[in-house]
Amino acid sequence: MENRPLEYDYTVAKMFMLTTVLLGIVGMLVGVILAWEMAFPAVNTIAGSGLAEYTNFSRLRPLHTDAVIFGFTLSGIWATWYYVGQRVLKVSMAESKFLMFLGKLHFALYLLVVVAVVGSLLMGITTSKEYAEFEWPIDIAVVLVWVIWGMSIFGLIGIRREKSLYISIWYYIATFLGIAMLYLFNNMEIPTYFASGGIGSWYHSVSMYSGTNDALVQWWYGHNAVAFGFTVPIVAMIYYFLPKESGQAVYSYKLSLLAFWGLMFVYLWAGGHHLLFSTVPDWMQTMGSVFSVVLILPSWGSAINMLLTMKGEWQQVASSPLIKFMILASTFYMFSTLEGPIQAIKSVNALAHFTDWIVGHVHDGVLGWVAFMIMAALFHMAPRVFKREIYSKSLMNTQFWIQTLGVVLYFTSMWIAGITQGMMWRAHDEFGNLAYSFIDTVAVLHPYFTIRAVGGTLYLVGMFLFAFNMYKTMTSSRRVEESELQNASPMGA
Amino acid sequence: MFHWLEKHPFFFAVAVFLTIAFAGLIEILPNFAEASRPVIGTKPYSTLELAGRHVYIKNSCNACHSQLVRPFKSETDRYGHYSLSGEYAYDRPFLWGSKRTGPDLMRVGNYRTTDWHENHMKDPAAVVPGSIMPAYTWMFKNTADIDTAYAEMLTVNKVFKTPYNTELPMADGSKATVKMAATLDEAHTDALEEAKVIVADMKDQDVKDAVAAGKIPEIVALIAYLNSLK
Repeated sequence: MENRPLEYDYTVAKMFMLTTVLLGIVGMLVGVILAWEMAFPAVNTIAGSGLAEYTNFSRLRPLHTDAVIFGFTLSGIWATWYYVGQRVLKVSMAESKFLMFLGKLHFALYLLVVVAVVGSLLMGITTSKEYAEFEWPIDIAVVLVWVIWGMSIFGLIGIRREKSLYISIWYYIATFLGIAMLYLFNNMEIPTYFASGGIGSWYHSVSMYSGTNDALVQWWYGHNAVAFGFTVPIVAMIYYFLPKESGQAVYSYKLSLLAFWGLMFVYLWAGGHHLLFSTVPDWMQTMGSVFSVVLILPSWGSAINMLLTMKGEWQQVASSPLIKFMILASTFYMFSTLEGPIQAIKSVNALAHFTDWIVGHVHDGVLGWVAFMIMAALFHMAPRVFKREIYSKSLMNTQFWIQTLGVVLYFTSMWIAGITQGMMWRAHDEFGNLAYSFIDTVAVLHPYFTIRAVGGTLYLVGMFLFAFNMYKTMTSSRRVEESELQNASPMGA
Repeated sequence: MFHWLEKHPFFFAVAVFLTIAFAGLIEILPNFAEASRPVIGTKPYSTLELAGRHVYIKNSCNACHSQLVRPFKSETDRYGHYSLSGEYAYDRPFLWGSKRTGPDLMRVGNYRTTDWHENHMKDPAAVVPGSIMPAYTWMFKNTADIDTAYAEMLTVNKVFKTPYNTELPMADGSKATVKMAATLDEAHTDALEEAKVIVADMKDQDVKDAVAAGKIPEIVALIAYLNSLK
């Protein structure tokens, strides 16, 4: 065997990097439109009353969540998988024509699904279940894409040189298995066209479960789609990229073991916290609540492991914007995984459920943790993939501060909005009658909706800076040698 | 053991799968053993109501409106009796929602009328000053999909034994029967009859003309559905 370093093949990684940036912008742009619609309802008809059906809040809402989850985040997960996978398994995609073909097929089919999803959601073709809105033909395509990714993971593992699986690989495997199980069970549905002998629209289906059971399965899915889409694969990323970029070893192997197996065991129980005070059996609600609090342990295990990895090297946080992104991501992860369990406590949930505080929680997690980590990963990958230095360090710093300000405005305004509304809903006057009509509790939110829209817009501006920086890195930045790519990523001024 | 697992991907994957599947086995399956049973007074949806439910879903009404009254005094004061599991027995999918940008709609049929909905869907802020709900003008023009509603009716009746054409006990001791048509044409006729009752309380001349000509605009189906929520 020749004794030279492996040449990794990043063809597929590059494809998914592109969709990460594009769908990130699409998803967040739709989100910003929605935010302005809530603050100023006239925005609903911004494209004229003829197109109101397609620019209306309710039609765009599922498009926003799905574009960010299944567009931006999933692309980011796959971009990093096709990069990290090869490197920690010490094997190149170029070594197997079959795996290369699978990777490209994976991307092509994924693009088809994206187009189908955007089209169908705009037309109002939806099952109504959150993050599982796709009708059965798209579900089948999603399963196919997922199976191909599974073949790619285990194919690459099958021809690996490094026998021991690195921590990141554990998390990628868990992502694959977790989503596979959840997605299949939650999308059990019967196409009515076939069951009725050819009547009505061909893509319509009806859920296998009804009422309370349907809700139970949906939130077992919904909560854990967050677990295995927004937590597990993002932890996979930080376990690779933070040590690599900082040149530090992971602080504790034992802590990573505890955090991984703890997360796997505990997370699935917590779905019930979405159904507190509903018609789901009480013991399930209590289990959901209790396990949500227990979930702090494995979540903080990973986050602390990452922060302590920086031990003795904290000056890097000041000097490198890339490290800044990752450290802020870990910090938001800790923050968000403390906020979630607090909201899952029954007495807090009685106030918080159905309010904007929940929306705030989702966004400090996704904007602060998920998106920051994915962008950091892409920044770290760019010089290695394109063999050019990151175009501009100062632009990265600017982006970091604009987006941090955006997130802070977002979640603080939503806290106030949520708690205010929750308190007003339950307020009684001196005679025991409701103190406020519903519309009172809407009107009071206007300033917070406006602040949130400003925060979201700032974050979107940061996304455009990110896209511009990546584009320049790809096309016109200074070329770098392999020797410059050991740890800290090379950056232009 | 962990070191060994990390060198054996297959067993590693099996171990991960068992660990994550465990909670579902304990927490999710038991509820299925006791399938959702309807409470007295719960009826399956009629063809037009089902078509209206599809309009509700198509426009993601559930993104802003819940259908779940929690057992708190402030909620029962505002929306009526708290929700019971059996009331959802025929809801496929469930439409509890997760956010109340607007009020709960679980029992909206008890306190809003056809006339109110018509005005409100056309221009929410004219009916509720300060409302941030957008207008849904296209529902007055688009035609409701009765075919798909009927197909769903046939499906749930065949697969889940949803009791159509069956006498069901009502809360006041009477019996009620929800009809499932024998043919698609008959389903259209039935839906149109239901639609005529709704339209009698409406003002929009285009909608009235459409129904007179045998077409059912989405708004009529939606109102039929909203009126059925009690």
